[in-house]
Amino acid sequence: MTTAPALDAHLVVERPGFRLDLRLTAAPGEIVALLGPNGAGKSTALRALAGLEPMSKGHILLDGRDVTATPTELRPIGMVFQDYLLFAHLNALDNVAFGPRCRGASAAEARARAAELLARVGLADRAQAKPRTLSGGQAQRVALARALAVRPRLLLLDEPLAALDAHTRAAVRSRLRRHLAEVDAATVLVTHDPLDAMVLADRVTVIEQGRVVQDGSPAEVAQHPRTEYVARLVGLNLYRGRAHGTEVAIGEGTAARNMSVAGRHEGEVFVVFPPRAVALYRERPDGTPRNVWRATIDGIERFGDQVRVHLDGEIPVSADITPAALADLRLTVGSPAWAGVKATEVECYPA
Amino acid sequence: MRVKSGRFPWLLAVPALVGLLFLVLPFAGLLIRTPWSTIGTRLLLPEVRDALLLSLATATAATALALCFGVPLAWLLARTDIPGRRLVRALVTVPLVIPPVVGGVALLLVLGRGGVVGRYLYDWFGFSLPFTPAAVVVAQVFVAMPFLVISVEGALRGADRRYEEAAATLGATRAVIFLRVTMPMVAPGVVAGAVLAWARALGEFGATITFAGNFPGRTQTMPLAVYLAMQESPESAVVLSLVLLLVSLAVLVGLRDRWVGAL
Repeated sequence: MTTAPALDAHLVVERPGFRLDLRLTAAPGEIVALLGPNGAGKSTALRALAGLEPMSKGHILLDGRDVTATPTELRPIGMVFQDYLLFAHLNALDNVAFGPRCRGASAAEARARAAELLARVGLADRAQAKPRTLSGGQAQRVALARALAVRPRLLLLDEPLAALDAHTRAAVRSRLRRHLAEVDAATVLVTHDPLDAMVLADRVTVIEQGRVVQDGSPAEVAQHPRTEYVARLVGLNLYRGRAHGTEVAIGEGTAARNMSVAGRHEGEVFVVFPPRAVALYRERPDGTPRNVWRATIDGIERFGDQVRVHLDGEIPVSADITPAALADLRLTVGSPAWAGVKATEVECYPA
Repeated sequence: MRVKSGRFPWLLAVPALVGLLFLVLPFAGLLIRTPWSTIGTRLLLPEVRDALLLSLATATAATALALCFGVPLAWLLARTDIPGRRLVRALVTVPLVIPPVVGGVALLLVLGRGGVVGRYLYDWFGFSLPFTPAAVVVAQVFVAMPFLVISVEGALRGADRRYEEAAATLGATRAVIFLRVTMPMVAPGVVAGAVLAWARALGEFGATITFAGNFPGRTQTMPLAVYLAMQESPESAVVLSLVLLLVSLAVLVGLRDRWVGAL
């Protein structure tokens, strides 16, 4: 049996110099992350779902009901905004009670519902607090409670963790994950942080320049990126090429270089390997089973307890080596080097 | 803040001091010339009491009317793209720059018994506006409302509209958003505008005397009483001025901490 999608949308928003064209579905209780760089149209998509951004074409079905032309205040949605946008003149309880009140509940009912939701997000003791006295994490939970108080069929989260500082993020993220797991509405979450998407979402939809470039489970997207943006996000070297047997030609025409890969493939493929699989040499190494190519050091940065070296050349590549190895090789920005990667470390999949 | 160079900035300090003295000295003169020995009896005169009560009542009524019409007008200017919005804004600010007495003449021409609109008021309802307490209020609204509109429009432009969007996603209709979200957000601007409008209405002279006349107990407000007293007994004028000054200061001080910082 297949469940009918809670959300079935085709969003088209056209503005001068920008076009968003996006198909989006979500099952009840499913959490879909829209992941993409700034300006990709993620927030525009979310605003279109909320009815805050006029659509040029397309449709939005929620539980089979067409809400494309329904004004925002009549859509069965809840939204958590990036800066939470709690009403400064109302305390936490009244912020959460605002939605039920607008949707016809009596003051007593609305407050009872608000108190219940604040308790659910662990903030029963902060009910009387004004928003400016709440910490970032608390404000986010109040905003979530406020959005859930209207019993939405579609929950929208716009960069729910972006307003937090780095050291509270991890805790707030895992807490948010627990709360979202209890939500039976379809959830669409917008983020530019791959970690948010991987941790919070059941499915990741990657958007670039207004279009879907990849869609899949977090694990699939992380392991088999299909664009440079995703590859960079998850820290992989990614290339597109033409495979013939175990050889893949990367690059165009005469500048193309062959790389040996693990399995046999034919046609257009992606080639991917992690920076830690890349070895660096000062001189061309002899008698190694590796793919080797000439490159120039473009940049060097610390990366955890490793050093990440960016190289430019026939195949631009990032390599992670130890600081000791870096000192040993006496490499600096601008110096020439040879990069190598074993065929067994190179993964290949159809484009 | 300290001036880092160590040299005192005379070039700016001297004119600043002159300016400050110019603003403060008249008040000092007023205090020096106040006939403190007879102030009690002068204040208790019925004309003074009537004028003061009339001024307070009309200025408050004018502020209320300015709020009723000025806030929606400010909203229209700040939030909509009505054609000729710039022209409308320019028209709204005209009463700020024209001499109030000209405003009084204009009001008389429109709302007077033979005026463009006043004619029908009189023909249909037998009501003539000029030279009534209502005319005092109308004159004050005319000169004071622009202050309110400008202040509220500025507050509306500065307010973060995303809060209104957040309210919409929670199911709030436009009316609910305006009353429960927008108004609380711009409250400091509205109060500041209302204070300015009230003070302006309280001090209104030119339009009032032209449009409402100068009938003690009916249309003679404090500024008119001061002017009249100046002709007959300057000491009474001083006392009346002092009262006006104190009332204005009391309002400013009373609201300063909470709201007027937004001015």
